[in-house]
Amino acid sequence: MLLIRCPYCEEERPELEFRNAGEAHIARSANMAGESDDDFEKFFFIRSNPKGIIYERWRHMHGCARFFNAVRDTVTDKFVMTYKAGEPKPSKLPGAGK
Amino acid sequence: MAKAAARKTAPAASPSVERRPALTGRSTTAAGVKVEVLPPAERMSLRAPEASVAALSKALGVTLPKKPKTLASKGGRTALWLGPDEWLVIDEAGNDPLADCAGVSALHSAVGISHRNIAIAVTGAGAAATINAGCPQDLSLDAFPVGAASRTILGKTEIVLLRTAADAFRVECWRSFSDYVFTFLSEGSRDAAV
Repeated sequence: MLLIRCPYCEEERPELEFRNAGEAHIARSANMAGESDDDFEKFFFIRSNPKGIIYERWRHMHGCARFFNAVRDTVTDKFVMTYKAGEPKPSKLPGAGK
Repeated sequence: MAKAAARKTAPAASPSVERRPALTGRSTTAAGVKVEVLPPAERMSLRAPEASVAALSKALGVTLPKKPKTLASKGGRTALWLGPDEWLVIDEAGNDPLADCAGVSALHSAVGISHRNIAIAVTGAGAAATINAGCPQDLSLDAFPVGAASRTILGKTEIVLLRTAADAFRVECWRSFSDYVFTFLSEGSRDAAV
């Protein structure tokens, strides 16, 4: 079983307590009604689906119930790091820069 | 709340309107583990921002814990940290925590859930092994010491787990899940090798 670090509970918890909640850092337009159909399609449907590092929202559903962001490698399924919701995308990942 | 007050002052109920909490008095004993349903208690789900915590703590008589996985207890009333702005308050002394919060003007949401939850005590040398039959958390004393409390899962249901002693746990679950949880723990207690 994977252990996922919850930034609110400040410890690693078993994956069964968590739910994935899609890709992170997708900004909702402040003027949704004024969006063009193409822009709305990009916001609503189009996801990056990368091979490698992905930024995702996760929710500690059966714990503190908080949403937070996680950096995960889709190849190895390893969690690189997690950080609180609302915090900016980390500019440098731990273990990177080789 | 008016309802709660009326319930207390009402004369002894006739058998036809007797309150029957789920699983009353059920218990099971296996080698080294006892699983039993605890008597009803007053419970409250409390949500409040940081700025209201001091006022609520004063009204409740218990300092609401701010550290993850901890609880605070005083005079039969226990406040469990569930999330950064969420607490479960359990009162076993018969006082209504909702009434204490009613006079607080600071922003908060207090919801009475006394009848929503059922508490099950798991005690004995194999208590941790019994709960680990369906709960994936590390229940060693290092990771989950006495006085630790956390919302987590047991099998397919969500529970709130709290450690009252080195070999004793209190499991809070929803009333409608209580039969499943009790049966799960009974099965687990038989499997728990001591």
